[in-house]
Amino acid sequence: MSTLKFQSQAVAKPYFAFALILFVGQILFGLIMGLQYVVGDFLAGAIPFNVARMVHTNLLIVWLLFGFMGSAYYLVPEEADTELYSPKLAIILFWVFAAAGTATILGYLLVPYSTLAEFTFNELWPTMGREFLEQPTITKIGIVVVALGFLFNLGMTILKGRKTAINMVLMTGLIGLAVFFLFAFYNPENLALDKYFWWFVVHLWVEGVWELIMGAILAYVLIKVTGVDREVIEKWLYVIIAMALISGILGTGHHFYWLATPEYWQWVGSVFSAIEPLPFFAMVLYAFNMVNRRRREHPNKAATLWALGTSVMAFLGAGVWGFLHTLAPVNYYTHGSQITAAHGHMAFYGAYAMIVMTIISYAMPKLRGIGEANSNKSQVCEMWGFWLMTVAMVFITLFLTGAGILQVWLQRLPESGEALSFMATQDKLAIFYWMREVSGVIFLLGLLAYIASFFIGGKTAEKVS
Amino acid sequence: MSESFTKGMARNIYYGGSVFFLLIFLALTFHTTKEMPQRDHRENLTESVARGKALWEDNNCIGCHTLLGEGAYFAPELGNVYTRRGGEAGFKQFFSGWLKSQPLNIPGRRQMPNFHLNDQEINDLAEFLKWTSEMNVNNWPPNIEG
Repeated sequence: MSTLKFQSQAVAKPYFAFALILFVGQILFGLIMGLQYVVGDFLAGAIPFNVARMVHTNLLIVWLLFGFMGSAYYLVPEEADTELYSPKLAIILFWVFAAAGTATILGYLLVPYSTLAEFTFNELWPTMGREFLEQPTITKIGIVVVALGFLFNLGMTILKGRKTAINMVLMTGLIGLAVFFLFAFYNPENLALDKYFWWFVVHLWVEGVWELIMGAILAYVLIKVTGVDREVIEKWLYVIIAMALISGILGTGHHFYWLATPEYWQWVGSVFSAIEPLPFFAMVLYAFNMVNRRRREHPNKAATLWALGTSVMAFLGAGVWGFLHTLAPVNYYTHGSQITAAHGHMAFYGAYAMIVMTIISYAMPKLRGIGEANSNKSQVCEMWGFWLMTVAMVFITLFLTGAGILQVWLQRLPESGEALSFMATQDKLAIFYWMREVSGVIFLLGLLAYIASFFIGGKTAEKVS
Repeated sequence: MSESFTKGMARNIYYGGSVFFLLIFLALTFHTTKEMPQRDHRENLTESVARGKALWEDNNCIGCHTLLGEGAYFAPELGNVYTRRGGEAGFKQFFSGWLKSQPLNIPGRRQMPNFHLNDQEINDLAEFLKWTSEMNVNNWPPNIEG
């Protein structure tokens, strides 16, 4: 561990390792679902679609949270220029979160969801059964406890150390993440109110505070791999996340178009979500600009590739594909279609999966005591993983977009009586779903190549050092 | 960026701008929740509707279906299923028959599980879907197919 500046940064390692294990699980369940789209009765008894879907999306959320926590534990001590307040607390919380997360996923898989709800006394405080917030109430409480302990640990570290822009932005992002999650506990009997405040978690996470976390991690890695002056990078960081929040907060309105809400949301949502791609575009300029201005050739080429890649893919997925269907007159036809699925896949991969892999790529060689970078052979394998996953995700997005356009054409545009039914339309989309599934398999191969890179050349590099 | 635009200014835009727009968002939220009773018709929200919503959640229906366009895209939209499948005249009968005949076990077709709901529960769930269909949601979806 001699390559770490602060020994306590080592607590990031189990977080990163567990995140990647969950990522593999997420993709496997994605493939099961993808197949169920075309072979409807595949595993229907053992893993019904709703269970596979819940596991797929919950694993995504949880692995990203593990990734964010690992990132914070890695970069905050270095930014604050002091050891982490309590490495022991970080490790205890790791095990609490890992055990609770695993138990929850097993619960989804082993018992019917209604039984799980009954076991966990959902009727006393109903919070389950809403998209992405399917976790039993006790798990939700566990998440809050872990988040509070995590924020306490980081807060105490920053209080006794240096307060850089990266630290402050990361902290505001993480505090926002914890605060907005509290709306997960509010589940009124009125569906309209339920949905309205549900978006306080879902939108204000992924189109709000998570962007701060992403920006902070990207800025940190860019400083490290380019050697560009911190002042320049931090100024950019503030500008970008300011744009992200200014557009993203009222951009929540694009979820309130068809929800028993006043019609003015169609204007508010359309105008502000039209601005939402800008911070992502700025992020592309920023990442490439900083790498072009680099003052050192960092030996970790893979980490630089991830940093550039996440800016581009986040712009395409969150920015362009988001904008495609975010204006109210367009959204009227595309809302809840495969277009939404296309956007969701590329946005989550580009913005969040890739930023976590960016910092894992940068930090892992140091965490493993290898040095600044993995061996060349290992990096080549990692970059194969990058390209296979990224290109596969582009194709997944394109095929789902094709499916979505055809779905809108057949099911949404015609008048009642002439439109095809949902299931009849789905039959017509099968070819797109098959191609999506093939792309998904390639994505898995990319992920396996990425993981294999951790096992290549590690030994020889260690011997050299 | 020029030297006259400092990091301090950028920071102030971040904190100031975020707080400003958050306050506008909260004000609009306050106004929206005042307006919603006229649109969600909460006066019709009976105990049966509330029980139906709990059943909807306890069985994770959103894991396959969309409801008002949100959820999974694997199975039909149910925000307007009440009107699509017979409305006042025939919905409850259709709905009960449909739930009881699951899974259809047609080879290769997507399968809906059987949730073994009793008649009272099926009625509650139907009341919930009926109530949902009667909300004013700015004329979404575009047509009856959802």
